Amino acid sequence: MVRTIAAAVLLVFAAAFPAAAKERLVIGMTQFPSTLHPQIDSMLAKSYALAMGMRPFTAYDPDWRLVCMLCTGLPTVENGAAVREKTPDGKDGIAVTYTIRPDARWGDGVPVTTKDVAFAVEVGQHPQSGVASAELYRRILRLEIHDDRRFTLHLDRVTFDYNDIGGLVLPAHIDRANFDAGPAEYRNRTAYDADSANPGLWFGPYRVVRVEPGAAIELKRNPTWWGAKAAFETVILRIVENTAALEVNLRSGAVDYIAGELGLSLDQAAAMEQREGGAWDFAYKAGLIYEHIDLNLDNPALADIRVRRALLHAIDRETISKRLFFGRQPVAHGPVSPLDRVYDPDLPKTPFDPGAARRLLDEAGWTNEAPGAPRRNAAGEPLRLELGTTAGNRSRELVQQVLQAAWKDVGIEVRIRNQPARVFFGETVSKRRFSGMAMYAWLSAPESVPRSTLHSAMIPTAENNWSGQNYTGYRNPDTDRLIDSIETELDREKRRVLWAKLQAAYARDLPVLPLYFRATPYVFPKWLKGVTPTGHQYPTTLWIEEWRAGQ
Amino acid sequence: MTRFLAARLLQAVIVLAVMSFAVYGLIGLMPGDPIDAMIAADPELTSEDTERLKALYGLDRPVWERYLAWAGHALGGDFGHSRIYHRPALDLLAERLPHTVLLMGLAFALSVAIALPAGIFAALRANRFSDYAVNFICFAGISTPPFWLAIMAMLLFSVTLGWLPATGYPAAGDAGWPERLRHLVLPVAVLGLLSAGGVTRYVRASMREALRQDYVRTARAKGLSRAAVVRRHALRNAMIPVVTILALDMGALFSGALITEIMFGYPGMGALIYNAVMANDYNLALVGLLFATFTTLAANIAADGAYVALDPRIAFRAGA
Repeated sequence: MVRTIAAAVLLVFAAAFPAAAKERLVIGMTQFPSTLHPQIDSMLAKSYALAMGMRPFTAYDPDWRLVCMLCTGLPTVENGAAVREKTPDGKDGIAVTYTIRPDARWGDGVPVTTKDVAFAVEVGQHPQSGVASAELYRRILRLEIHDDRRFTLHLDRVTFDYNDIGGLVLPAHIDRANFDAGPAEYRNRTAYDADSANPGLWFGPYRVVRVEPGAAIELKRNPTWWGAKAAFETVILRIVENTAALEVNLRSGAVDYIAGELGLSLDQAAAMEQREGGAWDFAYKAGLIYEHIDLNLDNPALADIRVRRALLHAIDRETISKRLFFGRQPVAHGPVSPLDRVYDPDLPKTPFDPGAARRLLDEAGWTNEAPGAPRRNAAGEPLRLELGTTAGNRSRELVQQVLQAAWKDVGIEVRIRNQPARVFFGETVSKRRFSGMAMYAWLSAPESVPRSTLHSAMIPTAENNWSGQNYTGYRNPDTDRLIDSIETELDREKRRVLWAKLQAAYARDLPVLPLYFRATPYVFPKWLKGVTPTGHQYPTTLWIEEWRAGQ
Repeated sequence: MTRFLAARLLQAVIVLAVMSFAVYGLIGLMPGDPIDAMIAADPELTSEDTERLKALYGLDRPVWERYLAWAGHALGGDFGHSRIYHRPALDLLAERLPHTVLLMGLAFALSVAIALPAGIFAALRANRFSDYAVNFICFAGISTPPFWLAIMAMLLFSVTLGWLPATGYPAAGDAGWPERLRHLVLPVAVLGLLSAGGVTRYVRASMREALRQDYVRTARAKGLSRAAVVRRHALRNAMIPVVTILALDMGALFSGALITEIMFGYPGMGALIYNAVMANDYNLALVGLLFATFTTLAANIAADGAYVALDPRIAFRAGA
């Protein structure tokens, strides 16, 4: 009787007071951004936070199409907003004209104008401003201001991505004084770090209202935002560096949602799904993180394409993906993601075939003398290779063990030599100090031309200050020409043909052993709707105004 | 006393100078500089960017030259900007310090509050079941990994029972002190319980040693009660080595607890210093580590003062 009365009272209250709309969203993530300045340093945590407070001129949308966000329309050669021209020294250049949205205003009500673009270009081009990658700013020969909203960039070369400029806007009315006071000290003075809660720094659906260094960033709805009103009044980014602790935070309700981009590992999310799948929604998005093994082509054994091909034939990547990654990470056959429009589904593939691997090794002069022992060449040298990766990365270390066993099976002895990430990337890989194989991942962008990783001019040496990322030492004039052609071909279909040729050359020459595309796991509370994982470098928060608290 | 303090301060200055050079040199010896790491993470960086950035951050100069430049500015009170946070290193330190002092201070108090009675209790019942039980719990505390205890505590009190928050710091900016303290319960308990094991062992050993001394036997022979003997004679003498250990722990009080901070998402100095060292952020790492060294040295001088208070036979003397 008492229970019945209590239930009735509860029902009456429930009917009288419908569930309050969720006004606060706490997002858990593992990294705190070192700066909130859009141009200084590149860091995923920063991109994630900034995407709520600012919008770039151009970005790739969740369907991997380049779209305009801060401009009124994407300038193209076809619509006349981009025009080929000659540079002052007579080379081919291009002039690209953008118009800033008329309703774009900073959080303090000041309109976003071409003054802000000019300031961003000035900061980017200053050698002492601390901007990490200055490639775009070097390409800008001249900025032509037409009025408060329209400007033209005169670029020093014609490349297919001429209209992809990303951000390129800084609040001149707030931060110019800090820059003018001393460009070399600007990175230490910028209002983005010294006065992050200044509303004049933000024009996205949210603005930063509080930064608790190392712990949290709090954002509130920005009243000057031009688009759809965001569903949550407050968004808090909560930093918990340890992923196990982050998972506990989610389960305890301390955070509502874990950022897929900076959250749980794949095995952690898969285990959570198996344990308590009904309580959450799970999504896995494989995208542009390309796990692979660089081969040092200066190694005499690896210089032989037959040995490289044998290495790939000997490993069963499908089974590795199924057993270790729950089938969530698609096998890679090249550096281009299957989600990318330039991916060639017909590119040559190297299937798991240990018999073929043994035949190729025999042909290459590596003969098998005793079962279990490494093959030897005519000089009696064993076929022994080193395989290094980042120590402590459990997934990679597991894969290493499987690969080691598979290669042993065909007579290749592989010795594991792992190092902490800073040694591995800071010295071993970047200075080509690995003797055999180096396993790690590349993060690229849609239709990202692999000049840095495949062009022969990009082999790091002491002479070029170890710049370039062609760590394998791959040299092929045909590939170089293809890379040059892709960069300058503006016709999408012609470019797709060139990309197919490049992928075929990659599969033929195998400077790198492709493994798989890493999947990013997203764990959503049942009530959170509208988050669309992108799979590329632009984070989901770039569309946060579409996020909703459902039933 | 003045001469003694002057001598100890001079020693402290020398230690700090040597430490600053050692830390700077050791960070410099670590493979890969920050720009190398940036190159590996950003395919867009060209050799021009690399040269520009290395020159901008002074990484194109030898370590000793950079150290001398840093030391010159530091003597003038300018400890430089953090390379990774683009803010004055001292400001960052000042922001984190209150958090760390609060967390570590409470944990330290909890640890001492547990260790003193437990250690005395075990010493008074040496080699009996209750002593073995205290020792067992102490060894469990000493050998339990902090991350494991932290996760277990979070699972039990935050997920299963729902009594306490899983994070050490409230997410909302307007949280008041009661809420802040509620968030601190789990990290303080984890840190305090783990360090109590070691301190209890010291108190027990020191107390047992004191209880064996002739003056204790004499005091008992005088007819003093057991409690009075323990309080007035044994405990006071037993505290001298314990104070040394606690003074050494004071350095940790200001340098933070890396694992606990990371597990509970707590914005303390441990994670700040660790990230600075790993990212070759010389200015920030130096300021953090030198501050921890300074507090350890200061605590040791304070411990010397405590010896005098505890044992009248000890006196301040320069060169002692």
